[in-house]
Amino acid sequence: MSAEGLILNCENVVVDYDGFKALNNCNFSVHYNELRVVIGPNGAGKTTLLDCICGKTKPSSGKIAFGNNIELVGKNAEDITKLGVGRKFQAPSVYGNLTVWQNLDLSLKRASKGVFPTLMGKSTPAERDRINETMDTIGLTQDAHSRAGSLSHGQKQWLEIGMVILQDPSLLLVDEPVAGMSDKETEQTGRLLNSLAEKHAIVVIEHDMDFVRQIARVVTVLAEGTVICEGTVEHVQADQHVREIYLGRAKVAH
Amino acid sequence: MKRGPCALAIALSIALSVVLNVAPKPVNAEDEASTPAAVPSAPALSPIEQALADLSSESAETRSAAVALLIEEGDASLIPKLDEIRATADRAVRQAIKPVVDLLKNRANLSSELPDYRRSAASDLASTGRREAIAWLEAAAAKEEVWWVRYTMEESANLLELRSGDLAARQTAIKKLGDLRSQNGLSTLQELIESGNAADATEEQKALISTATAAVSQIESWSTKATIMETIFRGISLSSILLIMSLGLAIVFGLMGVINMAHGELMMIGAYATFVTQQAFIAWLPPEHFDWYFPASLPLAFLASFGAGWLLEATVIRFLYGRLLETLLATWGVSLILMQSARVYFGDLTAVIAPQALRGGAQVMVGVYLPYNRIFIIILSIVCVVGIYYLLFNSNLGLRVRAVTQNRNMSACLGIPTRKVDSYTFAFASGLAGIAGWALTMVGNVDPGLGQNYIVDAFMVVVTGGVGKLAGTIWASLGIGGLNKLIEPFSGAVYGKVFILVGVILFLQWRPSGLFAAKGRSADA
Amino acid sequence: MPEQMQPQQNSRETLSFYLVGAIFLVVMPLLNVLPSEESWLHLSDFRLNQFGKFLCFAILALGLDLTWGYCGVLSMGQGVFFGFGAYCMGMYLALQIGKESVYGSDLPDFMVWTQVKELPLFWYPFKSFWGGILGAILVPVIFATIFGFLAFRSRIKGVYFAIITQALAFAAWLVFNRNETRLGGTNGLTDFKQVLGYRLSDPSTQLGLYILTVLALIASYLLCRWIVASRAGKVLIAIRDSESRVTFSGYTPWVYKLFVFVVAAGLAGLAGMLYVPQVGIITPAQIGVLPSLEVVIWVAVGGRGTLIGAILGAVVVNFGRSVLTNYFPEAWPFILGGLFVVVVTMFPDGLVGIIRKLFSGGPPAAGVAMPKPQAQGGR
Repeated sequence: MSAEGLILNCENVVVDYDGFKALNNCNFSVHYNELRVVIGPNGAGKTTLLDCICGKTKPSSGKIAFGNNIELVGKNAEDITKLGVGRKFQAPSVYGNLTVWQNLDLSLKRASKGVFPTLMGKSTPAERDRINETMDTIGLTQDAHSRAGSLSHGQKQWLEIGMVILQDPSLLLVDEPVAGMSDKETEQTGRLLNSLAEKHAIVVIEHDMDFVRQIARVVTVLAEGTVICEGTVEHVQADQHVREIYLGRAKVAH
Repeated sequence: MKRGPCALAIALSIALSVVLNVAPKPVNAEDEASTPAAVPSAPALSPIEQALADLSSESAETRSAAVALLIEEGDASLIPKLDEIRATADRAVRQAIKPVVDLLKNRANLSSELPDYRRSAASDLASTGRREAIAWLEAAAAKEEVWWVRYTMEESANLLELRSGDLAARQTAIKKLGDLRSQNGLSTLQELIESGNAADATEEQKALISTATAAVSQIESWSTKATIMETIFRGISLSSILLIMSLGLAIVFGLMGVINMAHGELMMIGAYATFVTQQAFIAWLPPEHFDWYFPASLPLAFLASFGAGWLLEATVIRFLYGRLLETLLATWGVSLILMQSARVYFGDLTAVIAPQALRGGAQVMVGVYLPYNRIFIIILSIVCVVGIYYLLFNSNLGLRVRAVTQNRNMSACLGIPTRKVDSYTFAFASGLAGIAGWALTMVGNVDPGLGQNYIVDAFMVVVTGGVGKLAGTIWASLGIGGLNKLIEPFSGAVYGKVFILVGVILFLQWRPSGLFAAKGRSADA
Repeated sequence: MPEQMQPQQNSRETLSFYLVGAIFLVVMPLLNVLPSEESWLHLSDFRLNQFGKFLCFAILALGLDLTWGYCGVLSMGQGVFFGFGAYCMGMYLALQIGKESVYGSDLPDFMVWTQVKELPLFWYPFKSFWGGILGAILVPVIFATIFGFLAFRSRIKGVYFAIITQALAFAAWLVFNRNETRLGGTNGLTDFKQVLGYRLSDPSTQLGLYILTVLALIASYLLCRWIVASRAGKVLIAIRDSESRVTFSGYTPWVYKLFVFVVAAGLAGLAGMLYVPQVGIITPAQIGVLPSLEVVIWVAVGGRGTLIGAILGAVVVNFGRSVLTNYFPEAWPFILGGLFVVVVTMFPDGLVGIIRKLFSGGPPAAGVAMPKPQAQGGR
C-alpha cells in the first residue's frame, strides 16, 4: 500500500528475542500531524515498536517506511534522528550533570553534530531565542541553570520532551510521558502534546486511560506483538477482543 | 643480620666435608694398594677383583681390557667400589671408569620396580653407544609389561644396532626404527642420509640411504600427527586452566555486576593455603602420609578464599553494587594489598611438591605424552562446571541467586534475604578461585604474582564469552586457550598473546557484547 | 543562586590554577636559583627535577581525566601511550649519545650487546630532534586512533573497554620487553648525554627542561579547559550521563569518545617525551599494567571530572610516594591499594571534592561532579 499522507508505515515487523516474538508481523501506520496513542497490556511490544522505529532495536524482518518512503530498517539511531524522528524514553533520560539550558542546547537541531563543529560552535542569538522559547513552553525557565539531575520527576519528563522538540522532529515517539506525574502535571502534559500535534506527528504510549481520553483521537491496541484493534477511544473500548485481553483490568473497562 | 650465621654455617660444612671425605681417602687407597702385596693369599683374586685393580693400571691397554671385562661380567654391586676408585684416581682412569659405572647402573635400573626408571635406563643405555647393552635391552624388553617402557627398550636396542659393522643388521635396525616411529632415531638417521650423500661416501653408506629415507619419512609423518595431538591437548589443558579461573569471575560479573580484579589474588590465597598445608604435613606428620596433604588442602583452600571473599564483599563490594567501574578499581586496590602481604609474609618464591599420583604422565602414543597434572586440571574444571550448573539450576540456593539477579526488589518482597544471597554468591565465587589456586599449584610455583599472571587472560575470556551465560565462558576459554596454543609454535608466547588481544578486539567488532549476550529487555539497561 | 554556581566554580578553579601555575613556573625555579644552598628555602636540583617528573605525570593525568572524568571512558592503558612518547624521545636521545657510549660505537650500547650491526630502519627518523618530537606525539596519536576506532566503533564500552585497554598495556609490556623489537629489551633506553647540544647532567639544562614542562602543562591544561568548556565538552559529559540520549539527539558518541581518547593519547605522548630527558631512563616497567593503573589512581585521588584535580592528584600521590618509599620501601603497594579502596568507596570526588566541601559546606559542584551511582547494566 503506497502511502499517501503517511509519515510512518510499518509492514510485517518482527522482533525475535531468542524465540520470544516481541513483535509479530506488526503493521502500523501514522499520518502527518496525527496524534496517535498506542495502548496494550504489559509485554505487548509497545516499547519494542518504538525501539524499532528509532533504530534502537533491529527488527529481524519487516519494513519501516518513513516520510518520503525512506526505509528505516538497517539505519543506525543517529541517522534516524537526523531524518527527523525524535524519541522520549519511558524512564526520563536527561543529562543529570548538565544544566537545563545545556541539556536543551545540546539537543537543538544543528547543521552538523560532528566533533569539530561542536567544538568550535557558539550559539547564535536565534538559537538562544528558540531555547528560551522552548523553556517557556515546558515551564522550566526558572530552572535554566540548575542541574537537570536535581529536577523533580515530572520536570525531567518535560525537559526530555523539550529536548525532543528542539530536534525539530517530524515524528515524535513518546513513551509513557505522564508516568509518575500529578494530575495537574498530567493535564498540562496533555495540553502540551495536543499543541505539538499541530505541527508534528506524535506517537504516544500510555497506560493512563483518562489521559488517553484527554489527548487521543485514534487509539491503536497492541497485544502479543500485533495490532488487534484501531479506532476512536469509544470504538476501542467497545471492542470485544480488546475487552478479552484486558479482562479484569478496570482501566479500560470503565 | 641473617647472613652472618648462614655464611658461617656454609663455611663450616665445607670445612667438615673436606675433612671427612677427602682426607681419609688417600689413607684407604694406600691400604688397598698395599693389601694385595702384603697379604699372602694374593693369587686367589677373582677376575673381577683383578680387573678392578687393573683399572688403576698405568697401561691403557690393561685398563680397557679391564673395562671390557667389568662390563661383561660385572653388576651393580660393583658401583660403590668403582666410585671409590674414581674418587681418588687421575683423569684418565676416571674417564675409563665412567662408562663402566653408567652401563652397570643403567643395567641394574633396567629391572627396577619403577617403570620410569626402567625407561630412562633404557634411553641412557642408547646414549652410551656400547653395543654390549643390546642383549640386556632385548632381554629386558621380552619381560617388560609397560608398553611404553618396552618401546624405549626396543628403540634403544635398535639405535645401538645401527653401530653394528654388519650391513644387513644395520638395514633391519633402520627399518625397525622407522616402524617404531622413533623420535630419538630421527637425527641419527638423517646423519646417515647425509653421509651417504656425501662425495666420499662408502658403498655401504650409500646402500643405507634408501632405507633410511623411508624410515625418516615414516617418522616425520607420524610426528606431524603426534604434534597435532599434543597441540590439541595443550590447548585443552590451557583452556581448562583459563576456564577454572574464569568461572568465579564470570559468576560475579554475570550474576552480581561486579568486576573482581582481586580474583587472581583470591586464587593466590588458595594456592598459599595449599602451600601452608603442605608445610604443616612436613612439619607434623610422618612422611608416608605426605601425599595426603593435597586432598586435605582442597577444603582449606576453598574455605580460605571463601572467607577472604566474604570479608571483601562485606567491607568493600557491598558499597559499590551497580557501579561496575568502581568495583573494578576498588578490587584492584585490594589485589595490590593482598599481593604485597603475600610478598612480605611468604617471600618471593615457594613451591608445592606434587603428590606422587600427579607426577609424571601417561604416554598414550609414541610422541604424545600427557602429564597427569594437566589431565587432573582438565577433569577438575569439568567437575567444577558440572557442580556450578547443578548448584545454580538444580538447588534451592541457585534458585534464590537467580531470583535476586533477575529482580532484586521482588525477591526481597518474597522474603529472600538478598544481602545474604549477595555475600554468599560472592564468597562462593571466591571459593572457586581458591580451588583454581589449589589446582594451579600443580602447574607452577606459588608466588605472590600468581594471580597477576593469569588475570588478564581470564578477563579476556569473560569479555569474549559475554556475561549472559556460563556457556559463553566455557566456549571462550576453549577458543582462547586453543588459539593460544595453536599460534604459539609459530609466533612464540609473547606475540601469541598480542595476537589473541587483536583477535579478541576484532571478535568484539562482530559481537560487541561477547559470544552469549543477554538479549531482550534486560539487556537495554 | 543556582545561576551563579557554575561561573563561581569556574572562576575558583581558574584562580587556583593560576596560583598553582605561578608557584610551579616562577616560585620554585627561583627557590632553586636564588637562596644559598644552606638556606632552608633552597630547593635542591634533585627536588626540582623530581617535581619536573611529577608535572609530566600531571600532563598524563590530564588526558585520562578528559576521557574518564568527563566522558566516562576508563582507559587502563594510558601507560602505553606515555611509553610510546617516552621511547620516541628516548630513541632520539640514544642516538645523540654517539661516540660517548661505553663501546664507542655510533649504535646505542644495547645494540652492540645484542649484536645488531646496523641501525634498524625505524630508528632513522629519530636521528633528528624534530623526528623525536613529532614521533613522540604522532605515534601515540596514530596508535590510539586505530585502537580507539576499532574499540569504540564496535561499541565496546564501560568495563569492556577498561579490560581491553588493560590487556593492551599487558601486551605492550610483553612486546617492549623483547630484545628483537630493538628497543633495549628489559633494560630500556638509558645513559643519555645531551639534547640539542645541552648536557643533560648540567643543572641549568634540567632547570630549562623543568620550565619547559611547566609550560607544556599549562598549555595542556588550557587545551583541556577549552575542550571542556566548549559544547563538545558538554557532549562528553552527556555521553557519561546518558549515552543513548546523546545518540537520540543526533550525535555519534563513538566519534566523540575516539576524539578524547586520541587527545589523551597525545597528551600522554607529550608527557612521556618530557619525562625521558629529565629522568634519564625509560624501561618497559614504566608502561605495564600497574603504571597505567597508577594514572587512574592519581586522577581518582585528585578528583575526576575536574582538571585541576588531575594535576593535584598526580603531584600529591607521587610526592607522597617519593617521601614514603624513602622511609618504608615495602609499604607503598599497601598505601596505593588502600588509596584505591578508600577513594573509590568513600571519596569519589577526591581531594577537590573534599576541599570544596570544606570551603563551601554545600553539595559538590554542578557541571562536572561525579555521575550518580546508577546501574550500568550487567545486573
